Amino acid sequence: MMARSVSVGDVVAEREFHLTRDSLVRYAGASGDFNPIHYRDDFAHEVGLPGVLAHGMLTMGIAAQPVVDWLGDPGKVLDYQVRFTRPVLVDATNGAIVRVVAKVGVVDDVGARIDLTVTFADETVLGKAQLRVSLD
Amino acid sequence: MNPEIAGRKYPPAAPYLVGREKVREFARAVFAENPINHDADAARRAGYADVVAPPTFPIVVQERTLAQLLADPEAGIDFTRVVHGDQRFTYSRPIVAGDELTATLTVTSVKSLGGHSMVTSESSIVDATGAHVVTATSTLVVRGEE
Repeated sequence: MMARSVSVGDVVAEREFHLTRDSLVRYAGASGDFNPIHYRDDFAHEVGLPGVLAHGMLTMGIAAQPVVDWLGDPGKVLDYQVRFTRPVLVDATNGAIVRVVAKVGVVDDVGARIDLTVTFADETVLGKAQLRVSLD
Repeated sequence: MNPEIAGRKYPPAAPYLVGREKVREFARAVFAENPINHDADAARRAGYADVVAPPTFPIVVQERTLAQLLADPEAGIDFTRVVHGDQRFTYSRPIVAGDELTATLTVTSVKSLGGHSMVTSESSIVDATGAHVVTATSTLVVRGEE
């Protein structure tokens, strides 16, 4: 397979995800994380949250997807890290739009570092969201 | 929580057998639509033994080790005050259906910051042959009492 040629600053992938309450219930079942803050408004309010939140790990999961699709093979992902900085509030009626932009941060011998900008309601929700990928 | 648990290594969690339908279910949940996540033939054509799990799937296996940490009375972590601070996966290879995975957690650091505690742990996940698959690193923030 041909090695990809990329330069620092290139946007390699972009995608918008529409999360709904259904998405959260589906992720709860798939992951086994049944914390009720991810599906019950009454419970979320009781613990001082503004409403039902997406699982941080769901946000991390979808955020990698545009890069994996660009690479075509998850085996090319060597390392993936994020910091959870802000919650994604998922409205019962309208859900939430999460936007992912993946940009080349570093190119080196190993491959590249892809930096993700992940936003909800015009604010970033993940900090230091980076994938180390092989470009072979 | 107890800062003395830094360095503690827990016994390996019970092995986790990765099912093909579980991989598909998890892939759907994170909007992973690549055929190699869903179709065993497509995965084989790409050089994998079976359907390939998305990059964050190891959390499902790691979770069993975090449960050990949270249940440890000596760690003294009030799980109702726990917030996920950060997460990292370092891969040797992707997880595929049929893998039997064993995860072992080590507490790498416990820090205090403004009344909160931050506990970082590494769960090393190996396959049935003992070969490394992925290391999952989490920092949990335990919010202090008001």
